[in-house]
Amino acid sequence: MYSNKYIFIYSSIMVIIVAAVLSTAAMLLKPFQDRNIVVEKMRGILSSANIESTTNDAIKLYDKYIKEEIVINTSGEIVSNYENGSFTKGDIRAFDIDLKKELYNKSKKLNYILPLLVCEKDGKKTFIIPLYGKGLWGPIWGYFALSDDYNKVVGVTFAHKAETPGLGAEIDTKAFQQQFIGKQIFDDKGDFTSIKVVKGGIDLIPENLRKHGVDAISGGTITSNSVSDMLNDCLENYLPYIKKQK
Amino acid sequence: MNSEKNEREPLFSFKNRKLLLNPLNKDNPITIQVLGICSALAVTAKLEPAFVMALSVIAVLAISNVIISLLRNGIPPRIRIIVQLVVIASLVILVDQFLKAFVFDVSKQLSVFVGLIITNCIIMGRLEAFAMGNKPWPAFLDGMGNAFGYGWILIVVAFFRELLGSGTIWGYPVFDKLGLYDVGYKNNGFMILPPMALIIVGIIIWIQRARNKDLIEEK
Repeated sequence: MYSNKYIFIYSSIMVIIVAAVLSTAAMLLKPFQDRNIVVEKMRGILSSANIESTTNDAIKLYDKYIKEEIVINTSGEIVSNYENGSFTKGDIRAFDIDLKKELYNKSKKLNYILPLLVCEKDGKKTFIIPLYGKGLWGPIWGYFALSDDYNKVVGVTFAHKAETPGLGAEIDTKAFQQQFIGKQIFDDKGDFTSIKVVKGGIDLIPENLRKHGVDAISGGTITSNSVSDMLNDCLENYLPYIKKQK
Repeated sequence: MNSEKNEREPLFSFKNRKLLLNPLNKDNPITIQVLGICSALAVTAKLEPAFVMALSVIAVLAISNVIISLLRNGIPPRIRIIVQLVVIASLVILVDQFLKAFVFDVSKQLSVFVGLIITNCIIMGRLEAFAMGNKPWPAFLDGMGNAFGYGWILIVVAFFRELLGSGTIWGYPVFDKLGLYDVGYKNNGFMILPPMALIIVGIIIWIQRARNKDLIEEK
């Protein structure tokens, strides 16, 4: 029979050893993981503008195509501008903005700022809007690329932390994302409609609304609805800015 | 056991081979012991996550079996379950950190399921039932055997669910290439929902029992 003293000493030593091993591993691997996260973010941004990249060339392609990183405030004024590797105004890089924090500030009715990335490829400008929202099991996020008329969708990417594989997790597949290309976020009168993910498919809705909708994923209703909500919540923030540009 | 201690057992004696091979069929953790069912339902909608899940479970189960077997004489029985859990949880966190650092794409696909290895009852079951009372080498074989037994079921289930549910194998659109959609075939959406995994596991159990008379209980 083991004494209580033995059990206490045994468990203390075990916990200390495990803590040491795990924190060392976490510290040593952190730089690799952080780099992966930055590269992943750049790949998501590039992919929304239909630029394919690999883990190795993402940083190079990002510097080549993303010409401007603009930070705007709630009334649509430009707060900060990072152009071709240097600041022309302010000192915040849109790439570094934590959208989750800004959206939290919005929900608390505090001041918040918004990132907007400008991609330039073959002389055509594309405006990329980062997205962030709640999925079924965890956060979902993505990038939304608009053409220079601020209406037509050039491309989107979505990613998620923990949606159900085969169901909600399908939002990060090409098949789902390609449906968005060519859709419009404003209707003919110029009112903001966002883009809805329609359960049962867009054949069910009136024909004039079909250019503002895409097919949902069967078995992934809650994640599909979350995508609709995320698009609406994130895109509406940019309306003051878009109005000024038009 | 004590009398055998003096003569060294060959590495792959009959007994050791049985440790490795029995869990693949006659003593399968999923179909016979009915353990680890929950993860078998969750990750088998597609082949690739099922495969990486099987690999991760092989690594975690084999290593934790060896560690617990090495520690077995010092572990106070009253806190043995806690010690086992600490070992499993640390290994799973390590696996997760390594995946995140070096194979980020795979880690993204598995997302939460790596963490769920901790709750896989096969692992605690083997630590408690085998590693606590056996030497490291048999414990290693037992871990490998059970993890493979778990893995092959996972892959078979995932194969049928992906093929019939999405019409693909490892993401490759088989049915599309065969032209089945043109003649009116449709994917069975029911296959990608978790209950179908249970039904496929049930069919595997049925086939296994029909072929193997030892497994049929007497009435």
